[in-house]
Amino acid sequence: MSETHELGVDFAACDGHGLCAELLPERIGLDEWGYPVVRDAVVPGPLLAHARRAVAACPVLALRLRPAPDRTPTRQSGQPGQPGQSGRSASGQAAVHGLPPSG
Amino acid sequence: MNPEATTALAAPEMPVPHGVRLLGGWYATGRPAGLSDHLDRHGPAPTGRAADALADDVERAGLTGRGGGGFPTGRKLRTVAGRRGPAVVVANGMESEPASRKDETLLALAPHLVLDGAVLAADATGAATVHLCLPRTRADQAESLRRAVDERRRAGLDPAEVRVHTLPHHFVSSEETSLVSWLNGGGARPAPTPPRPFEKGVGKRPTFVANVETLAHVALIARHGPEWFRELGSESAPGTTLVTLSGAVRNPGVYEVPMGGSARQALAAAGGPTRRLGAVLAGGFFGSWLPVPLDPVAPSRGAGVLVALPEDACGLSETAGVLAYLGAQSAGQCGPCTFGVPSVAEDFAELAWGRPGPDLMERLDRRLGLLPGRGACRHPDGAARLAASALRAFADDVDRHLRYGPCAHAGDAPVLPVPAGRAVAAEEGWR
Repeated sequence: MSETHELGVDFAACDGHGLCAELLPERIGLDEWGYPVVRDAVVPGPLLAHARRAVAACPVLALRLRPAPDRTPTRQSGQPGQPGQSGRSASGQAAVHGLPPSG
Repeated sequence: MNPEATTALAAPEMPVPHGVRLLGGWYATGRPAGLSDHLDRHGPAPTGRAADALADDVERAGLTGRGGGGFPTGRKLRTVAGRRGPAVVVANGMESEPASRKDETLLALAPHLVLDGAVLAADATGAATVHLCLPRTRADQAESLRRAVDERRRAGLDPAEVRVHTLPHHFVSSEETSLVSWLNGGGARPAPTPPRPFEKGVGKRPTFVANVETLAHVALIARHGPEWFRELGSESAPGTTLVTLSGAVRNPGVYEVPMGGSARQALAAAGGPTRRLGAVLAGGFFGSWLPVPLDPVAPSRGAGVLVALPEDACGLSETAGVLAYLGAQSAGQCGPCTFGVPSVAEDFAELAWGRPGPDLMERLDRRLGLLPGRGACRHPDGAARLAASALRAFADDVDRHLRYGPCAHAGDAPVLPVPAGRAVAAEEGWR
């Protein structure tokens, strides 16, 4: 597995408690309404422990961390129904690219 | 502004519709197509073909979703068909975009093309049920569609059961996850993804959600093939599309135009502008303002809505009105949308009608950057896109408003049809 991970926020679940920004200020700030702004979703190995702590601290489990896909150059290449993209921790926002919208 | 932008378009009378397909029956008979009209003109839908045949045809035709998403329909069909377990088909006729009438018009004039397409999609994905979703505000249309479905059932036409539903009519209720959520017994509000409906939708089954116009194109592609479909439109954007033309045009209404054409060409279908234009809104409330003079060739990117804004209207107050509506229409599920869209709307109201403070533009820019990609659905993204395009298209007006306050037309009645009743719906209002 790759050393790099990716952060994602489920904004429908997030209540703006702000613990993630306290625990992972290297990656997460807060907007004027108190909701997380992920400045850079990529979490390198050295930050991983802090990121995991932030994920675990979220009272509503809205912060997600998943292994970053290895094929980094094209984020648009995800095919709908592509297997292997929906692991247990993969329900962050990163997987929406290239999937069928309505209509 | 270039005076030619109006004179070049102003045709003395309505041009004869060219390459009309979905609305062909209407132009031929002048009345909505009943089942016998439909069968006379098109024959029965070719159901019962090999499993991949329809997805192949639709994919080669290059049909893309006409609900605004623009996703390749054939690929979506194939994906749903290829997943485990029985599928479900959802026909999206919600059309919550206030400036659009195309789906309502199509369902009124050619309901059986839509039903054919839905049933063909069910046939191709192995679905036993089609859910046709309409807004509750169109109960009469839903009733007439139920009669059409009954008539087809009596004629033994359809291998799938078609059920017509009426849903709450909020702006975000037409989002595909809203339909799935409502059909599953919840509120007609967007749900976080994944899972997308094609993975786990109605009854946790793989679900093919498509706009009703998309389905009507499927019905024709199934009969005439992909090469026929590609005879109109451009190589990269084949086929025709319905577009609702309103504002300062000679004959406002719903038209069928080739895909890949420019906004200028589309406006010509409605007889062209009646006055000098200040800008054109392409794509509706989630769209973008196009500056005038319009680019004569740039494709209007499948926008199903064009509103021609006359030169003497205030684009900033038009936009402020729409943003206030979009802010109130947030489902209130995601913080950045719940607070961000109304905040941007307030900033725009200050710009349009108030006394702009010195920090207004900096604050607005920052807030616009806080909306995209930060919701379960694209509501905040759409609002941000509209606002940003207004700042570009009306840059001169922005300067004037900042310097001198509201312009003489800021208080005029709006050109854009912003619905009244701006209160956020109560919890039960989504069911």
